Amino acid sequence: MNYFELFRFTPAFTIDTALLAERYRELQRAVHPDKFANDTEQQKLLSVQRTAQINDGFQTLKDPIRRAEHMLALRGIDLSHETTTVKDTQFLMQQMEWREALEDISHSQVPEPMIDGLYQSFAAYQAELTQLLAALLDSELQADWLLAADQVRKLKFMAKLHNELTRAEDALFD
Amino acid sequence: MALLQIAEPGQSAAPHQHRLAVGIDLGTTNSLVATVRSGETATLADEQGRHSLPSIVRYTQDAIEVGYQAALSSAQDPHNTIVSVKRFMGRSLEDIQSGPQSFAYEFAASDNGLPLFVTAQGTVNPVQVSAEILRPLVQRAEQTLGGELQGVVITVPAYFDDAQRQGTKDAAALLGVKVLRLLNEPTAAAIAYGLDSKQEGVIAIYDLGGGTFDISILRLNRGVFEVLATGGDSALGGDDFDHLLQNHLQQAWQLPGLSPQLGRQLLIEARRVKEALTQETSVLASLTLTDGSLLQHTVTKTDFETLIASLVKKTIGSCRRALRDAGVTADEVLETVLVGGSTRVPLVREQVEHFFGKPPLTSIDPDKVVAIGAAIQADILVGNKPESDLLLLDVIPLSLGIETMGGLVEKVVSRNTTIPVARAQEFTTFKDGQTAMAFHVVQGERELVADCRSLARFTLKGIPPLAAGAAHIRVTFQVDADGLLSVTAMEKSTGVQASIQVKPSFGLSDTEIALMLKDSMQHAKDDIARRMLAEQQVEAARVLESLNAALHKDGDLLDAAEREAIDAAMTQLVVVAGQDDTDAITKAIEALDAQTQEFASKRMDNSIRAALKGQSVDNI
Repeated sequence: MNYFELFRFTPAFTIDTALLAERYRELQRAVHPDKFANDTEQQKLLSVQRTAQINDGFQTLKDPIRRAEHMLALRGIDLSHETTTVKDTQFLMQQMEWREALEDISHSQVPEPMIDGLYQSFAAYQAELTQLLAALLDSELQADWLLAADQVRKLKFMAKLHNELTRAEDALFD
Repeated sequence: MALLQIAEPGQSAAPHQHRLAVGIDLGTTNSLVATVRSGETATLADEQGRHSLPSIVRYTQDAIEVGYQAALSSAQDPHNTIVSVKRFMGRSLEDIQSGPQSFAYEFAASDNGLPLFVTAQGTVNPVQVSAEILRPLVQRAEQTLGGELQGVVITVPAYFDDAQRQGTKDAAALLGVKVLRLLNEPTAAAIAYGLDSKQEGVIAIYDLGGGTFDISILRLNRGVFEVLATGGDSALGGDDFDHLLQNHLQQAWQLPGLSPQLGRQLLIEARRVKEALTQETSVLASLTLTDGSLLQHTVTKTDFETLIASLVKKTIGSCRRALRDAGVTADEVLETVLVGGSTRVPLVREQVEHFFGKPPLTSIDPDKVVAIGAAIQADILVGNKPESDLLLLDVIPLSLGIETMGGLVEKVVSRNTTIPVARAQEFTTFKDGQTAMAFHVVQGERELVADCRSLARFTLKGIPPLAAGAAHIRVTFQVDADGLLSVTAMEKSTGVQASIQVKPSFGLSDTEIALMLKDSMQHAKDDIARRMLAEQQVEAARVLESLNAALHKDGDLLDAAEREAIDAAMTQLVVVAGQDDTDAITKAIEALDAQTQEFASKRMDNSIRAALKGQSVDNI
């Protein structure tokens, strides 16, 4: 399923998210199960399936990492079930440093500035990766797409790290 | 104003006919029923003018009492008088007994560990008790509105898991009531408020009821209510405040073990004190023992607030998480809405106001707002307002996952994903010739299976015997708009559809439901076969009406042969629907479904295209 087609967008990494949300609502109005509450079982089932597809399409296009993954999949580069890991040593060193910082949070007397600092570093690095990703996806060259796949992998690492930071933050409040 | 009503050809019922539908708030402490009449939404009162019905059911040897009457006997007959049954829905007996509370009931366990109440009428399960609460509400609605209900919307806490939702739906099924939708309570409240104020933006609904706590963050935009995130605790509510106060009094009076009667009496007194402390700064609690002696103790507002402080703090923690999941800050929240009787507690109000930084809305009675929202939704779903642009986009409150090696959870659908949702996951066999595979579905956020709630176990059978790793099984998890899960599976290389037996861990099996249905029929001196026939006849009429309208509108999508085949199947259904063979009707519906599958699919695709018609293909 090409989600760009479903939402009538040309496949591109930069998309108008407000327009995406508007089209999502229009599609929902057409197929949502609540429009078929009084209809036959067949129609209800069909509506649930189509709505699920539209929901998935929206989530995919809305999220930069998933959008990039979807674009790459449409170009024949499937990242969804892969086990390839990032081999960039510098990147891995940085990851380890950040992970150590995460562990320090729970021992810290004043954790708030540490948390805020990490959020900022993460955001800055993610923005950098995303910018590079956008440029690589715009390219016509297959070699660039493979590099784009590497950026996606790194962004996934960052998303995990980000989750762990919010979890550490939660633990402070509980 | 149309002077002439033109009916669509082939539509039997007058299209402008008002259909009867109600919204039911099936609460932990109180339940309500509401409906839309001549454009006005209101809760319905009983013959004595009382709107709410205490969610209390008493089983005596020869009768079932519900509501106020049952409440009268609560202290004298705690064994047979079930209060707060909602807290037992979808839970295992082990779950309940491992909690901090003690109960006055005598429990038994069903085959799969569900709690059964041992009463003067034998054992009853939470679904049956809930059905008894629904029964008088449905009767009240049918008497007031003067006809049979075409459908109901029942509200559930947003944080209810699959088993709890299924149990609620099963309770309605026992009464033979058609459930148009299970609606999340905070979403219902948002509808009641949102349609009222016509505001647009982000709103937070803080719902603290008798037994459950929910926080939902929604975005309102041109009739679309989009739930961004939801959180909470399906076992935290005003009941817990009562129990804390009960324990406090028990300690103050140095009462050792309590008899069930005295325990219930003390609980009722604790509740009275809690309610009085909403207005007063101190209240005198008293209890008369069986020997006639009178115990007294003064409880101050500060005492009470110290007792409940940690619970209230827990709810604020959930608010913080929900905001973060929604990706909005407290400043961006336009309004906060309070729902549920426990939001009358001053400390709760203060804390919510402090956290969101604005005074919460309470203009609609917090006890009625959920039922009113449900009634508005029921009116639309049943088809009374075809022009309505209201649309609810809800989310799944807890992540769904499956057990993998080592007791770990692999997430399949993460929490706060908009529903309906479908996710496919691929699995492979690990032994040569393996023909079956067992799965365990859990719901929760933790990484270990042991820390999540077990939802269902199922076994895939009929996998073609192949070498290890050669069979690829694609399992699709689908969650519908009610938040209910269904699972289908297929072996990819052969296309063999594997059969699945889903055994709900904390729900009722199909056999148990069929048995209960039979039981309830005997009570009503009704005939199960007659009801099944009537249900199939209604479905047949629905299928024919819907198809006639579809053919009238989009008949040109079919070629002559396709049309002929559909017409023949329709004629067959019309014939058997007029007779009394239930199986024949079911088969004729299935045959017609098969004939129209492609037509229906084409029409759905057409409406998707039509929805974005006129929009340019380009994004920028």
